[in-house]
Amino acid sequence: MIAFVLRRLLQAVMVMLVVGAIAFSLFNFVGDPVALMLPPEATQADRDAMRQSLGLDRPFYVQFATFLGNALQGNFGISLRLGRPVSALIAERLPATLELAFTASLIALLVGIPVGVYTALRRDSFLSRAMLTTSLVGVSLPNFLIGIFLILIFAVWLGLLPSFGRGDTVQLGFWSTGLLTTSGLKALVLPAITLGFYPLTLVMRLVRSEMMEVLRTDYIKFARARGLSERTVNFGHALKNTLVPVITIVGLQLGGIIAFAIITETVFQWPGMGLLFIQAVQFADVPVMAAYLCLIGLIFVVINLAVDLLYYVVDPRLRVERTAPAGAH
Amino acid sequence: MAEIGSRPAPGRPNLVPRAFGRLVDSDIFYSFRRRPGVILSAIVVLAFVVSAVFAHWVAPHNPFDLATLNLLDAFTPPAFTGKGNPAYLLGTDDQGRDVLSAIIYGSRMSLLVGVLATLLAMVLGVSLGLVSGYAGGKIDAFIMRVADVQLSFPAILIALLVDGLARAALPRDMHDTVAVYVLVLAIAASGWVRYARTVRGSTLVERNKEYVQAARVIGRHPLAIMFTHVLPNALGPVLVLVTLHIGEAIITEATLSFLGVGVPPTQPSLGTLIRIGNDFLFSGEWWITVFPGAALVMLVLAINVLGDWLRDALNPRLR
Repeated sequence: MIAFVLRRLLQAVMVMLVVGAIAFSLFNFVGDPVALMLPPEATQADRDAMRQSLGLDRPFYVQFATFLGNALQGNFGISLRLGRPVSALIAERLPATLELAFTASLIALLVGIPVGVYTALRRDSFLSRAMLTTSLVGVSLPNFLIGIFLILIFAVWLGLLPSFGRGDTVQLGFWSTGLLTTSGLKALVLPAITLGFYPLTLVMRLVRSEMMEVLRTDYIKFARARGLSERTVNFGHALKNTLVPVITIVGLQLGGIIAFAIITETVFQWPGMGLLFIQAVQFADVPVMAAYLCLIGLIFVVINLAVDLLYYVVDPRLRVERTAPAGAH
Repeated sequence: MAEIGSRPAPGRPNLVPRAFGRLVDSDIFYSFRRRPGVILSAIVVLAFVVSAVFAHWVAPHNPFDLATLNLLDAFTPPAFTGKGNPAYLLGTDDQGRDVLSAIIYGSRMSLLVGVLATLLAMVLGVSLGLVSGYAGGKIDAFIMRVADVQLSFPAILIALLVDGLARAALPRDMHDTVAVYVLVLAIAASGWVRYARTVRGSTLVERNKEYVQAARVIGRHPLAIMFTHVLPNALGPVLVLVTLHIGEAIITEATLSFLGVGVPPTQPSLGTLIRIGNDFLFSGEWWITVFPGAALVMLVLAINVLGDWLRDALNPRLR
């Protein structure tokens, strides 16, 4: 057990080091920070002084170590575009992205599970087929187009919902939330649907196939034979057993949802991290790119690690297979 | 066998009629004929490809010829609304460019980038998968570890990263000339893993078969064994992957262009057109966005339907 956890932890640290190295090489290969920070009429002596004060004259590995040390403390320097510390910018934008991602996952679960169950129970009904076709079309539809069509229908033609920004926000300590005001909630509707659409179709198809699998098993037949009501069999026995893989997939998707928020945030001008990142890519704002990269890398590594460890706890077969090569090392 | 029967022999004119007859008789053609949705999709894809290749002759206007543009024609609504100009069937954009012609040239760009990126990803993935499966050991472990790590990040993020790196590393005045190649590279770099995994799996099975052992015994070079003996037998599933990947690559390209980091505005793709039109959504000029968007959905949907059908048709278990 301990060997497996340690190996997995070591792997996670390795991945983070690689992500850190990519972020660091961004700083090094991309332009000359000294030229960017000094006026064009600066002398060679000025340049050398600047180089020294930034620590750029030191060897490569010392610089990398300094970068890692700073990154661990959340210090990524100053944005070239906005002239403010990157950590402050990210902290400002993080709540908006997390609220959006959380609402989108909630929509995916709350709509995807019932629809999935319905399509599994009434396999040949017209409604089921319509829903399955919709989900297939939805997969072929790029995320940003869904957002644009939603804006066109609900904001431009019907004028029901706002199409950009977060609405009014309330400050709760360091966390600015849009969930407590009417305009904030209204502004959340369209972006959350856009972002939640793809995971929704995923959850729906997953629940459908798992449910159809479970309904064929012997213990469901036995439950029916015992004369339990349809509802108890379907929801008490069958649904409960389909939810374990669903929750795992949604957990793994959470990182993807946060990454995909880049697109949704651009369409709706949602003031989150994704919008910050895409503006940084367009302006080659290296410190912001590096910080976003490290943060997303961290989120993905933590989620994958958590899922792996949970699987290890839940699935005894993994313990047998994995300890053998670990012992042979 | 259906696969063999369905393969026409190119470059041998005297065999063509027989090969065509075998194609018409094959299982694959039979399952094709019986599915109207698949036939429709094939027609749609064919129409897109033909109009992309002959864009210069098919398009009613040349959207890049500044001499023919007239700013007075800007924001003409589509002809069928009754308020438009019959010369511009789907209306014009903010600079008076014909939307239909822009879509035709835009799909050419989208298809080009999508197909090139898919082919590059395939070559990269198939080679790495082949080496990984055949060599085994440390090389295998390393390639597969990289694949695992990459697979846990979404493709769009990898593509954005590669694109951002190239954008920052290259001098500013080179951006527009190399943007298309950078884009192809970025999308290919985000999509090679699926090929590597599939081919590695088949290679692991093939490498222990007798014909590979025989080739090894007579002393052929490992690279020759890999590419002339193992590869042809590991390529089957790759065809389906390619079809499904093209649709995905086109979506990725459109997304990157929509985000403003894709192709340069002077050579717009469908994604660029949608981004341009997005600015005029609120002033009522919906056609500048909706038609390129609809074209993109049609193209990707048709390719995906074809890919799905191909997967089912080539799957021996479903026959």
